[in-house]
Amino acid sequence: MANNISVAENDRKQFIVVKIGSEQYGIDISYVDNIVRMQKITRVPKAQPYFKGIINLRGEIVPVMSIRTKMDLEPDEFTDVTRIIILKLEEHGVLGIVVDEVKEVVTLAPEEIDKVAYDAKNSKSNFINGVGKHGEELISLFDTNSIIDEPEMV
Amino acid sequence: MDVSQYLEIFIDETNGHLQNLSDCIMTLEKEPENMDTINEIFRAAHSLKGMAGTMGFKRMQRLTHDMENVFQEVRSGNMNVTSGLVDVLFQCLDAIEAYLDNVKESSDEGTDDNEAIIQELNEILNAGTGKTAPEKTEKVQVEKPTDGVHQKKYLDIEFSEKEKDELREAEEKGMNIYGITVYIQEECLLKAARAFLVFKAVEDFGNIVVYNPNSQDIEDEKFGFDFSFYLVSGEEIEKIMEVSKAVSEIEDVIGERVKYSELTAAAEKKEAAAAEAEKASKTVEAKAGEKTATQPAAPAATKKAAGGKPVTNRTVRVDIEKLDALMNQVSELIIAKNSLVSIGSSSDGGTGGANSQAFHEQIEYLERITTGLHESVMKVRMVPIESVVQKFPRMIRDLSKKLDKKMELFMTGEDTELDRTVVDQIGDPLQHLLRNSADHGLENAEIRKKRGKPEVGSIHLNAFQEGNNVIIEVSDDGNGIDTETVKNKAIERGLITPEQGETMSQKEIIDFLFMPSFSMAKKISDISGRGVGLDVVKSNIEALGGDVEVKSVLGEGSKFIVRLPLTLAIIQALMVEVRGEKYAISLGSIETIEEILAEEIKFVQAKEVIHIRGTVIPLIRLDKLLDCEPEEKERESLTVIIVRKGDKRAGIIVDELNGQQEIVIKSLGKYINNSSKIISGATVLGDGEVALILDVNTLF
Repeated sequence: MANNISVAENDRKQFIVVKIGSEQYGIDISYVDNIVRMQKITRVPKAQPYFKGIINLRGEIVPVMSIRTKMDLEPDEFTDVTRIIILKLEEHGVLGIVVDEVKEVVTLAPEEIDKVAYDAKNSKSNFINGVGKHGEELISLFDTNSIIDEPEMV
Repeated sequence: MDVSQYLEIFIDETNGHLQNLSDCIMTLEKEPENMDTINEIFRAAHSLKGMAGTMGFKRMQRLTHDMENVFQEVRSGNMNVTSGLVDVLFQCLDAIEAYLDNVKESSDEGTDDNEAIIQELNEILNAGTGKTAPEKTEKVQVEKPTDGVHQKKYLDIEFSEKEKDELREAEEKGMNIYGITVYIQEECLLKAARAFLVFKAVEDFGNIVVYNPNSQDIEDEKFGFDFSFYLVSGEEIEKIMEVSKAVSEIEDVIGERVKYSELTAAAEKKEAAAAEAEKASKTVEAKAGEKTATQPAAPAATKKAAGGKPVTNRTVRVDIEKLDALMNQVSELIIAKNSLVSIGSSSDGGTGGANSQAFHEQIEYLERITTGLHESVMKVRMVPIESVVQKFPRMIRDLSKKLDKKMELFMTGEDTELDRTVVDQIGDPLQHLLRNSADHGLENAEIRKKRGKPEVGSIHLNAFQEGNNVIIEVSDDGNGIDTETVKNKAIERGLITPEQGETMSQKEIIDFLFMPSFSMAKKISDISGRGVGLDVVKSNIEALGGDVEVKSVLGEGSKFIVRLPLTLAIIQALMVEVRGEKYAISLGSIETIEEILAEEIKFVQAKEVIHIRGTVIPLIRLDKLLDCEPEEKERESLTVIIVRKGDKRAGIIVDELNGQQEIVIKSLGKYINNSSKIISGATVLGDGEVALILDVNTLF
């Protein structure tokens, strides 16, 4: 196989495109462990408000977070296309996030990604570390690590 | 070959010897004339020296060598055991422990020479004996070879042509040939390792040409309690004998220089010699028997020190990770069994008949097996807390000197067993609590006398099992906690206002002691007082799923009660329901279940209580506690679960009971903030649903 092709492939990143509200978001595929259908979520009393609860994923307990609540959007409405994306993060373990719909997988080259300037005042934009251009569409790219981070310890 | 494969044995044995030494020196301090103890210490120091030497830890060897010298003198009556000597000896132990820690981390003993300690040892030695020391050791060395009555088994070795050639060549080159037979102590467990250490030691001086039995058999431990070999070396025989004897658990080494011509001649006379050898070996056996018979004191003493345990207990070392894996599989099995149980009970209302009867029987059978299997696996993971608490008497002794207070530690229940992972982590918190008692709790002698207490303060450490928990209590007969001072301190720190202080209960005030950087010590010492004590104790114990409670009477003493879960993974639980949500409550903390009428609820201080069989029990509504939607209509009859923690009780009101179940505890993970600690984990039910586990201990 020609080496130059694989080099070019290395620079390109794959993202799972999901819909939350009216916006499209991309999640780096290397963090995604699994995508599961909506299932019964067991509420955990006294937990942070943006945690919907926990689910049983093949015998493992996985906490599920509502990204809508965390981003101060209106609460989730569960439909047939609602999915839970299971993220796997090295030291933190497994975490599920609820999304309205999973659309497709796209491959973006570095030149197709615009880095967003960090805006400390707007906590919402903290979850985004870039905007990808895929054809005509714009995809906000999640900064996976900041999704996990506590906004501030209260 | 290198010694690294024996490192683990070395570390284990050194630990054992150190503990033994520590115990013995403690005894010695109380009974300085006890010959058995002195002998025991001498032996332990000698073994340590030998092991350190063969492993190549020169500094450790030197230190233990000097310790051995001191005991040599004590043993022969030239010196008395003084309190100063005991202090230095404890310093030596600490230094050896430091070496050992280094070895554990980096396989190297480190670079600290501990010159000061060695010098102190030698000063004591000189002060106690004058200059008799060197003579003495020489004398011992002369004695040793003369009592060597063992057979020279190396003469029985048969040579192959190749080996003969090698030996002849070596002799022609002017090297010496030594025939050596090594006898290993009969209680030795790792003969192959000992043999290897001997080989390693002598190979510094020359080459081993012939082994008997052959090297493979020695490595596989296929030999009795002796082995022989021929060494070709330019060194003197004495030196080689010395290094071989330095290996621990070696009974004796016999060797001499032999000529090649004698060897071949001996081989020819072999047949005649064989019969003779047989006879001779019988006498050796008899002698060996005699020897063990005439020296029963020695093994008996060792046994005593080890707490009456058999010398050879049949054990297998297992990596804790393998046990964890086994545990996980057992957990899975139990979940699978639970789902079978739930299928079984749901098909109950159906057709029934013989089939379902058989099905039920099989499920019950399966249930018994999985419960048994779980218990066995748990037992494998259980270890007595002895390994942690046995170092405490020594610590209290040191503290007693340092603080200049007289105190004694009494321990009970050292054989109480806990999960391995808990035992590993319980040491530090307990140590903190003991230090706390010694430093803050006990008063100095004058005050004690004034208060009419015995001059020697006592600290108790009691461990016992209670239901699904293990309780470890650390109590002292000291001053107790002065809640007024604590309260004033809290007000001074701005944690509470004076008005708030007025209404606080004693327990609430004591809780301040567990807050980070809230030190009550008037001055900072290296024992305690930097405010990193009790809060660390609390967080460590809570991390293990346990909790700490304090009881204190001013002027009479205080008691810290540490409660730890017996198992970490699987428990028997009662399943309850609140507004359709399922929760599990550990059966261990449940006392009874009561049906009560709503009108039976009374109020005390605006809180709901119930009066049952003469006790007033506060009620907790689980729905309110867990922020559930309130019910539209108050029920007339309520189900109350009476739970207990120590001597306190509480009643938990639930909607429904779902029966008893064996559940596998799973962690909620790090993401979910669980600061209230009321949820201790989650479990997967038979139908795949998730239920949360309530930790009722947090309700009190």
